Amino acid sequence: MDFTKAGLRGHEYERIKSALGREPNDCELRIMGVMWSEHCSYKSTKHLLKLFPNSGSRVVLGPGENAGIIDLGDGIGAAFKVESHNHPSAVAPYQGAATGVGGIIRDILALGARPVASMDGLFFGDPEYRKTRSLSSGIVHGVGGYGNPVGVPTIGGKTVYDSCYNENPLLNAFCIGLIPLGEIVSSRTARPGQAVVLLGSKTGRDGIAGAAFASVELSDDNKASRPSIQIGDPFAEKLLIEACLEMNAKKLIVSMQDMGAAGIISSSSEVAAKSGVAMRLDFDKVPLRAENMEPWEIALSESQERMLLIVEHSRLPEVIAIAGKWELDCAVIGETFEGDEYTILSSGEEVASLPATLIGEGCPPIHWESCKPADFEERWSFDVEELSLPEDWNETLLSLLESPSLASKEWIYDQYDSMVQLNTVQGPGRPLSILRIKGRDPLIAMVLDADPWKCYLDPFHGGAETVARTIRTLAVAGAKAAGLTDCLNFPSPEIPEQYWVLEECIKGMAEASSALGCPVVSGNVSLYNESPDGPILPTPVVGVVGILPSAEEYLPSGKWKENDLLFLVGACNPSLGGSRYLLSRFGRLAGRPLCFSPEAEKDFVERALKTASSKAARSGRTLAGGGLAVALAKDAAESGIGADISIPVPTRKDVFLFGEGGPRALYSVPMAKVPLFKALWNGYPCIQLGKAGGNELAVDGAFSVEVAELAGRWRVR
Amino acid sequence: MNTAVVVFPGSNCDQDVMHAVAETLGTKVYAVWHRETSLPEGTDFVILPGGFSFGDYLRCGAMAARSPVMKAVSNHGKRGGLLLGICNGFQVLTECGLLPGALLPNRTLDFICRPCLLKVENVSTPFTSLFSRGQIVQFPIAHGDGLYTLPEDELKSLEDRNGVVFRYCGSDGGTGDAANPNGSANNIAGIVNSAGNILGLMPHPERASDPLLGGEDGRIFWKSVFSVFHKGGL
Repeated sequence: MDFTKAGLRGHEYERIKSALGREPNDCELRIMGVMWSEHCSYKSTKHLLKLFPNSGSRVVLGPGENAGIIDLGDGIGAAFKVESHNHPSAVAPYQGAATGVGGIIRDILALGARPVASMDGLFFGDPEYRKTRSLSSGIVHGVGGYGNPVGVPTIGGKTVYDSCYNENPLLNAFCIGLIPLGEIVSSRTARPGQAVVLLGSKTGRDGIAGAAFASVELSDDNKASRPSIQIGDPFAEKLLIEACLEMNAKKLIVSMQDMGAAGIISSSSEVAAKSGVAMRLDFDKVPLRAENMEPWEIALSESQERMLLIVEHSRLPEVIAIAGKWELDCAVIGETFEGDEYTILSSGEEVASLPATLIGEGCPPIHWESCKPADFEERWSFDVEELSLPEDWNETLLSLLESPSLASKEWIYDQYDSMVQLNTVQGPGRPLSILRIKGRDPLIAMVLDADPWKCYLDPFHGGAETVARTIRTLAVAGAKAAGLTDCLNFPSPEIPEQYWVLEECIKGMAEASSALGCPVVSGNVSLYNESPDGPILPTPVVGVVGILPSAEEYLPSGKWKENDLLFLVGACNPSLGGSRYLLSRFGRLAGRPLCFSPEAEKDFVERALKTASSKAARSGRTLAGGGLAVALAKDAAESGIGADISIPVPTRKDVFLFGEGGPRALYSVPMAKVPLFKALWNGYPCIQLGKAGGNELAVDGAFSVEVAELAGRWRVR
Repeated sequence: MNTAVVVFPGSNCDQDVMHAVAETLGTKVYAVWHRETSLPEGTDFVILPGGFSFGDYLRCGAMAARSPVMKAVSNHGKRGGLLLGICNGFQVLTECGLLPGALLPNRTLDFICRPCLLKVENVSTPFTSLFSRGQIVQFPIAHGDGLYTLPEDELKSLEDRNGVVFRYCGSDGGTGDAANPNGSANNIAGIVNSAGNILGLMPHPERASDPLLGGEDGRIFWKSVFSVFHKGGL
């Protein structure tokens, strides 16, 4: 077999040969091809990811494990991670999305944590494009079709529409779990002389070499990739969750690793390499659901709902009993030894023998050529004076509000069980989601966000803005960011201009997370997101988790009361560069987004946290897509009352109302709290916009729309 | 009052309902695995929880209705013991014939999760004794198969005997089609058997039992059961 057929590059093949001191056989070659694919090895980005700050007082577990863990206090940790399942969702939307949700849940479970909530990042093509309806409904049904039965509530997310995702939609699944800090399970703790146990579904031919499929561009003939798609069984996953947690509570598990990309080979070699043990597996012991499977197929099968456990021989009877209660297959498939040798037996013959460390950690990094796009500054050359002001302000606002990326996503989240497990204090449809921890005061707050347009126009500042925005959103609600996870969705790194964008985005994200003291504890990279139609926009997705001291300190959005005063905090000169207004009204993706300003950000976050904790406001909302106008409209629609607003600054009205970027927020403040509110924001740009009340949202010299109409157009399905 | 919550493989609201009952009433609540052949000694109140028993494969509730424990559950109900089925539990009760009718896929064919307003139509059941007749309460729904249906003549006799306990309604109490989330016959959300001891409903009272999570109408539901039990009503 030719090494290129296994997906290996010439220098990689040479590395393998010299490490083995011989030619690898076909089975070994296929294993190495998948394990050294971009998806499994992170060979193009490993060195860039080191730029992210990953330590902090709350960090219990940083990158490198199945998920990151932060300390919530009182001996409880939150494990969380976001992961992509883009290529499978493009080819088989329902199963692609379903198994994406299932996969991230097992990542959390692999640490011994109970998965308590999910969020999803959905990136769909132009709604008018012929495939968008079937792809988007398939993906949404897949998320619900798996998340609902498995009993993990989907409590929030982010949905974006842009024609760059026409052929290459993105599905990023986020999951968070809770775990007593003393019960964390690791993949690094196997010792020689222990049993290797395969728990869960039988192994079949589904999803063979899916990781390799995820490491190349989508082709015209994606149907040919169908065999690479895994099939999800949420019922089996629910049983797997309960069985693993029951075993962990009884301390039966020495080490654990979920089976996702590259199945048995990936999970077992990772445990061997990280724990520093040798491993010998006998594939005749693997429960199969297909006949005549070749050893390499068993090794690489991505059949879902399986876990690899390392167990002391003396505890095997208990493990087998619990598996039996939950009606799961459970087989001892191998044993650990001293050393580094990773060996597979089949029909009594040795079919592969490789150093464990070579498989998981030996892949040489690739430093792709990086080059700033020649048209880069051209993207910024945009003169706001060329833009005509809207003639019909009302219709301008309403059509922006019903534009697919900004419109209410009720049609999506109504299909998700957002309440099971009885912890959801704030479910989907709001700027952030909040969970309680039963029996404790502090709440967990979380946001998932992305802004591919700003990342395209200015990757560094767009990346920083994406991170900053999630942290601002938490702060306005009263929650302090404790850690973040990211999913880097980008096109091929092999094109220098595209690689430069990837680098810059990561640098910007690293800058913002360092400046704001929010460590990156986990993440995932998805490259080669492009189709014959072209590459996707750079789409880093950020999930941030924060701590809200108590329910009393939660400052919600959309809770205006009659006669509340409305304040805008933050600069009055945002940018139309990369704004939803410019894109949806003029079809232009141009201009220069605001630059990230660490000092202003930190100042904003501190004041916002104080505003919430001292209850100086009744309602607050970070300004994001659509700027002040859309924030006013959403708040009015949710509050069910209007407002009378005047623009007290000479900024162009379109820029003032629709501009985006930077640390800014809209607050409603009861009369009695106005002095306290003003004192808290003294020294920061803060202007009084007007007063809430009536049933019309009226901005002097611009729009005047009935609240019922705002709500109706925003909630258009 | 001793409560037993049956756990089937794939149940996912078992812990939730145990939590809500224990928090609201401070009474003992036991989990009973579906393979058991008897209920714990002294069980007064049996709950079949929501979720996706056996993955909802074959037909919602069909396999759970044939689980070993169901014989004991059925006997408990036939003896007049309190028996409640929530969501998937309601589907199980119709599958094993303890309640009439069937639950079909929602008319939109989509899963729906959202708070719903319900009108309490019958307050002479042990589950609703502390509500007032016509009271509007809010319990969330979360189901893909909640369209309640039964043949015309059976529907009439169900209505005639006042067997409908909860009906989906609007904020004005109207029970028109606009307030019907899933296409159920006559906006039916919950029914009781003729003897009055077995209730099935699609909405989740356990999800409305804590003000922090958005409502506490469900607490009245648990307290009703408790008060009837302690008055020796059953």
